[in-house]
Amino acid sequence: MMKRKKHKISYINRKTPFDYFLILFFVVVIFITLYPFINVLAISFNDATDTLRGSNMLIPRVFTLANYEYLFTEKNLFPPLMMSIARTLVGTISGVICTAMLAYTLSRRDFYFRKIFTAMFVITMYVSGGLVPEYLLITRTLGLRNNFLVYIIPGVIWVYNVILIRSFIDGLPEALQESAKIDGASDFKIWYRIIVPLCKPVLATVALFLAVGQWNGFMDTYLYAPNLKTLQYMMYEIVNKTGIDPGNTHGQNVEVLASSITPQAIRMAITIVATLPIVIVYPFLQKYFVGGMTLGAVKD
Amino acid sequence: MDGKKKPKTKKQKQKLTLKLLIKQRYLLAMSIPFVIWLIIFKFIPLWGWTMAFQEVRPKSFALSVWERDWVFLDHFKKLFADPRFLQVLKNTIGTSLIGLVLGFFSAITFALLLNEVRNVRFKKLTQTISYLPHFVSWVIIASIAKMFLGDSGVINDFLGSLGIKEVHFMTSNTSAFWVIVSVINVWKECGWDAIIYLSAMTGIDQGLYEAAKVDGAGRFRRMWHITLPGIRPTVIVLLIMSIGGVLGVGMERQMLLGNGIVKDYAEVLTWYAYTKGIGSQNYGLGTAIGVFQSAISVILLLVANKVAGRISDSKLI
Repeated sequence: MMKRKKHKISYINRKTPFDYFLILFFVVVIFITLYPFINVLAISFNDATDTLRGSNMLIPRVFTLANYEYLFTEKNLFPPLMMSIARTLVGTISGVICTAMLAYTLSRRDFYFRKIFTAMFVITMYVSGGLVPEYLLITRTLGLRNNFLVYIIPGVIWVYNVILIRSFIDGLPEALQESAKIDGASDFKIWYRIIVPLCKPVLATVALFLAVGQWNGFMDTYLYAPNLKTLQYMMYEIVNKTGIDPGNTHGQNVEVLASSITPQAIRMAITIVATLPIVIVYPFLQKYFVGGMTLGAVKD
Repeated sequence: MDGKKKPKTKKQKQKLTLKLLIKQRYLLAMSIPFVIWLIIFKFIPLWGWTMAFQEVRPKSFALSVWERDWVFLDHFKKLFADPRFLQVLKNTIGTSLIGLVLGFFSAITFALLLNEVRNVRFKKLTQTISYLPHFVSWVIIASIAKMFLGDSGVINDFLGSLGIKEVHFMTSNTSAFWVIVSVINVWKECGWDAIIYLSAMTGIDQGLYEAAKVDGAGRFRRMWHITLPGIRPTVIVLLIMSIGGVLGVGMERQMLLGNGIVKDYAEVLTWYAYTKGIGSQNYGLGTAIGVFQSAISVILLLVANKVAGRISDSKLI
């Protein structure tokens, strides 16, 4: 103990040029990581005509809420926003419950089908049918095109998450389950009374992965449900359109619009709306997922 | 003799199984639905591979699998005679390898340097910020990238102020697009990828560093001779996994970062499978592209695994 403390003190005292270099280096890294987001935030609050003079800024030069006002009033943002929230909530909750259930059964050494079921799930991490067969299955065989379930069911289980939870359960003391079994608890009861409460950290990790996947989901809308527009998909449409839809503007309005709002300003405003939820939940959950990631790495 | 013994053991086994099944009814109820889900969503598409050897058009859906026209390897022959496919294959491998090299190099360097930072708070803060972009969708990243790297974007403004002529980052139809995609990918994923190395580094025996210090090894030599070898098994496992995925470059990123102008260099196998298979409704050909990709991936995975096993003891499977 004493020795360690002494070392720490000597570390602090001896700052080499390399230490200063490291700090400088990582300050630059942080800047490069954050600058684009801060810049987008600034542009979204900046007067659009002013932005045309140059978009390099950290804070808005001419502050305005007009970009957001336009986005929320003219662009009909609410249905896609609701769709994104709905798929995130339903997808995350159902995903966490299903993954935890499956992972528990696969963690039970005495379960008769443990080996074969595990093998079946793990194989799918390496081979998959590919895009076209999956597309035909979902749209033709199951008829899920433009059905909300297409956001939930095909992605309800991620094998990686199953492994993550299973490894965590494997690390729990077995005596807990044994004593519950002696008390006559059923396997289901053991799962929700003992396993689930103990697994909270890993379940939080999985919930984060699922929620981010759902919120960021784009390809499933693009392939299967273009009518069930999400925020991401709407953003894709806006980004890939060269101008604001001309049909929306008549007569005098054109001039007013052209002088105060630009497609770029709208794009930046919707970028902020789509990023915000992630930035908000991120600090609260980040302590969990680092643990989860390293757990998976060790056990894989 | 044999005939007499067998039924007995079989019966015993069955009895045991039945009893077990009843005893484990909850475990069964908690897993069977997901196994059914697995069969439907993962195994049935695998059965769909038969389409790679058939002519499948919308009108042939009325026929059963066996009644469709079997063309055997025609789709594959057609693909390798198709210059577009060869270009797409080149794009996939090019993007993938550049991404692999840049990705591994940046993540390992990032972890190696961050591991040397002594201020714990600054280290944590840097790490927390560094994996934020990982959680932001490609739709958003692409929108930001296009603005930043556009012809009148921030980067070009900056280059302009240095007197450098405008660079068409996002709109030059050359293989430079592979590099640009990879660099953007590094920006997004570097911090996240480094997590695994950083955690491997914390597992290195501190006594080794002490001993090296006593022997007079400086900081760089300790990084080179202790930290790097310490994460070697992790690097090799991750490398094997990435080599298996060389052809599996996601269509989402390419589609969102690309545009009509750069499509010749942005289009990758999955995207081409989509264009041919779903866009032009040539389902057989589209499946064939997927089968080709899967087959090569599995082969690469196995080869990489074997080679890694030869060179060192770290093996994935």
